[in-house]
Amino acid sequence: MRALEPWVAVPLQTFITESSARLILLMTTSGQVVAQHGFSRSVEVMTAAALGAAIVASTEELARIMGTSRFAALVHGGNRQSCMLSAFGTPRGRWIGLVVFGSETSVGLVQLFFDQMVEELVQAAPREQPENQPLPENFERELDTSLKELFGR
Amino acid sequence: MSDADATLERVTQVPGVKGSLLISGTDGLVVAERLMDGIDGRAIAALAASLVQRLDRATQQAGMPAPTFVHLRGNNGSVLAAPGRSDLVLVAVTGTDANLGLARVQMLDAVGRLA
Repeated sequence: MRALEPWVAVPLQTFITESSARLILLMTTSGQVVAQHGFSRSVEVMTAAALGAAIVASTEELARIMGTSRFAALVHGGNRQSCMLSAFGTPRGRWIGLVVFGSETSVGLVQLFFDQMVEELVQAAPREQPENQPLPENFERELDTSLKELFGR
Repeated sequence: MSDADATLERVTQVPGVKGSLLISGTDGLVVAERLMDGIDGRAIAALAASLVQRLDRATQQAGMPAPTFVHLRGNNGSVLAAPGRSDLVLVAVTGTDANLGLARVQMLDAVGRLA
């Protein structure tokens, strides 16, 4: 498990242990990666983050068109692996969690412990904003930097 | 009243039962529930389904048939679970003073009818 900010590590590690999730990616709604567990290559993280952020943006737009509030979570059930995408608010802005899990756990357990992790993240988040807020024009460089930090190279 | 609601009603009427749920055994999600205030049905569904699944695997490994009734006793009460067919599990949460024998009979009867 690798996290860009140290306060994310404990809630995330607890979630991984309790839920038995295989892969997890925490990112901002613009696709900037905050933490990851289980991914072995940075290109996989980059693709998953971009797709996850795009899917959440699509579902939020769909909810807006339908005149409903945001969807709490999107679960894709597969034969061998399932995937859950959920966006949530933090003092550091709106984040997205992408969780891949197998038959060793269940969607109920993953959702239960994910919600607990979100509560812990909200409590642990520093209230002051980071000095260098990512700007759209710096997106690619920021993403590249965060991936290098997450994969230690 | 649906079959599921009638089942939960019958189980909840047993003295000492604080609530009952019908859950999906594979997903750990609530299908129907009748619970007292302050009991988190979502958490019970997720954890009870996990418990039943693990016990199922454990008995399989031991060469025994799958459990038909699970009783988890704690200091402040019990969690009872009766797996049925079609992946449904009937779960009841009880206090220490509950009539567990009656609850067990009602649950096994109810889960048999649901299938």
